[in-house]
Amino acid sequence: MARMTMIEAIRDAHAVAMGKDPDVVVMGEDVGYFGGVFRCTADLQKTFGVERCFDTPISELGIIGTAVGMAAYGLKPCVEIQFADYMYPAYDQIVSEAARLRYRSAGEFTCPMVVRMPTGGGIFGAQTHSQSPEALFTHVAGLKTVVPSNPQDTKGLLLASIADPDPVIFLEPKRLYNGPFDGHFDRPSKSWNKHDLGEVAPGYYEVPLGKANVVREGSAATLITYGTMVHVALAAVEESDVDVEVIDLRTLLPLDLETLVASVTKTGRCIVLHEATLTSGYGAEITSLIQAECFYSLEAPVLRVAGWDTPYPHAQEWDYFPGPARVKRAITTVMEA
Amino acid sequence: MFKERTPRLHVPEPELRPGDEPDFSHVDIPLAGAVRRPDPGENPEEMRDLAFSIIRVLNRKGQAVGPWADTLSGGELLEGLRHMMTLRAYDTRMMTAQRQGKSSFYMQHLGEEAISCSFHKALRKGDMNFPTYRQAGLLIASGYPMVKMMCQVYSNDGDPVRGRQLPVFYSSKEHGFFSISGNLATQYVQAVGWAMAAAIKGERKLSAAWIGDGSTAESDFHGALVFASTYKPPVILNIVNNQWAISTFQGIARGGAGTFAARAHGFGLPALRVDGNDYLAVHAAAQWAVERARRDLGPTLIEYVTYRAGGHSTSDDPAAYRPKEEGNAWPLGDPILRLKAHLIHKGLWSEERHTQAEAEIMDAVTAAQKEAEAIGTLHSGNRPSPRDMFEDVYAEMPPHLVRQRHEVGY
Repeated sequence: MARMTMIEAIRDAHAVAMGKDPDVVVMGEDVGYFGGVFRCTADLQKTFGVERCFDTPISELGIIGTAVGMAAYGLKPCVEIQFADYMYPAYDQIVSEAARLRYRSAGEFTCPMVVRMPTGGGIFGAQTHSQSPEALFTHVAGLKTVVPSNPQDTKGLLLASIADPDPVIFLEPKRLYNGPFDGHFDRPSKSWNKHDLGEVAPGYYEVPLGKANVVREGSAATLITYGTMVHVALAAVEESDVDVEVIDLRTLLPLDLETLVASVTKTGRCIVLHEATLTSGYGAEITSLIQAECFYSLEAPVLRVAGWDTPYPHAQEWDYFPGPARVKRAITTVMEA
Repeated sequence: MFKERTPRLHVPEPELRPGDEPDFSHVDIPLAGAVRRPDPGENPEEMRDLAFSIIRVLNRKGQAVGPWADTLSGGELLEGLRHMMTLRAYDTRMMTAQRQGKSSFYMQHLGEEAISCSFHKALRKGDMNFPTYRQAGLLIASGYPMVKMMCQVYSNDGDPVRGRQLPVFYSSKEHGFFSISGNLATQYVQAVGWAMAAAIKGERKLSAAWIGDGSTAESDFHGALVFASTYKPPVILNIVNNQWAISTFQGIARGGAGTFAARAHGFGLPALRVDGNDYLAVHAAAQWAVERARRDLGPTLIEYVTYRAGGHSTSDDPAAYRPKEEGNAWPLGDPILRLKAHLIHKGLWSEERHTQAEAEIMDAVTAAQKEAEAIGTLHSGNRPSPRDMFEDVYAEMPPHLVRQRHEVGY
């Protein structure tokens, strides 16, 4: 077992997948010689050659559009959009093309591709380097959406995504790239080096898509979250003296509803937490499903804690970010109800 | 010093609107045979003139003349004529079927038959077209079963895409015909990606991208040309300039550019401009571009100058925005009549044989239609099952879709 950052785990997953399957190709802005602005594709070009890992023009629609053609041909493109915030010019190619190709051709043409995008805030990136657009993908039939929260899962989920026969949106919480971040921005950064989940097995392994992970067992309430917020949730629970079960979704679609229902049925209370904006956010979907499936077990209304419905601000980053203080308040509220 | 002026918005207008007398006498149509044919390996910078003329082979007497002539045998030309006649007969029957309420929608090729029918002849098995909705000639020329095409139009139980797509949005991997999207221009950049994949895999295949004059305005077109220019994969970038994007004349998309073909120059790509109603010229241009792709010389852009003689679709009435007689006045003529005249000139065809062939083709199309309608039409039942609605969203059906399918009762 090696200790890795999330970046190293992503790079390792690429290398393992490319070594295993000659049809896996990597492209994106700055991903080739330089190895990506976050270094997630470092040395892949050197190891696998320019035809397997190369730079693209700054054209997100071009990256996704050509990747759709490549995937239809039989390759398995794993492409990087430099920041999820830059994805919008490619949205038509993702929604109308990648997601629907299998359906509209009755399985004759398919689109096995992975679109990696750094997502989320906490790095003073303001409104063009901090967004969490997952709900824009979970709303689209034909896509799978994955959000890892630690290096160990990241490698296994990315390998499972590359092996998947359908297009997968792989959202990487960039604030977690170099260490777990619990929302205490005023404390020293932690590193994956000292974290159990920084241990990444060598070689090929998959973490299956569509399986949530109960990261902390508890009996008093259920906190459902994913990505960066997993660590925020755990910190808030530790500081709250309430025995809260914390679930890391890992995959937003397909959703592991069974695990959520089992937990909320047990605890009777539920909080849904994400960094993305509140209104029509993914939390609304979870909340709706929980009230429908667990109504007679619920002791309190399902609460949502999320980013405010504003663009992601710069100077007010920590007023926007749903940190441990807000989560603790929600735990108190849901317990008092 | 200069005199300042308040800016005024320039909105291009076509010269003719309903009620005007169609007149194309000012349109510069080069004589057949007048345009030079450089070697496909020549430096693209040295052949910019080809984007500003029109390559033509058939002259008014039905003769094939000039350096682009003689790419097809007499037998191939007879076959080509039959393909175009079949496409026109097919269109006629399907337009009527739509009006009879047997399908929701249809799009015909009237006047543009030569482009897709002839282009197909330059390809080989394994090549892939990324068509728009007006290239069904690619399927006809490839021998795709017409009954299947009709089943797609009728969205019946024989529809290969299981009733999920609008009529005419065919798909056939085997016949080199990529699934049609309907979001204009998206497939243009995908064709470039497909050709990049062929290059990455080191396989001798090429792709053909298709787009109309109007949708060249989409950023997908620009993205496609950037990627084609950068990676130089074996792709042919086709623009069918049929003058009209629904009611919008081509000048709105073209803006100040001389021609659509000239768009290629900024990307260092060679471009040809071709008479799209000339079966021989279309083939010669396609073959030239195919040679460039097969010699790994990179992409070629071809603009086919043609005229959309019918409406955009069954939902469109062109009399509302252009002169009724404009199509008849169009100087490049009817592609079927021009090839027919050429074959008669060569002694390979006659009026009698043409009349007989028309009847035979219509009989065959009618027989296919009966067969398709025996399976069903949109409103006559025997549609794909609601169960099919949930298939192929993913390779494996996720739990939430299984639940929804159960809710529908399947």
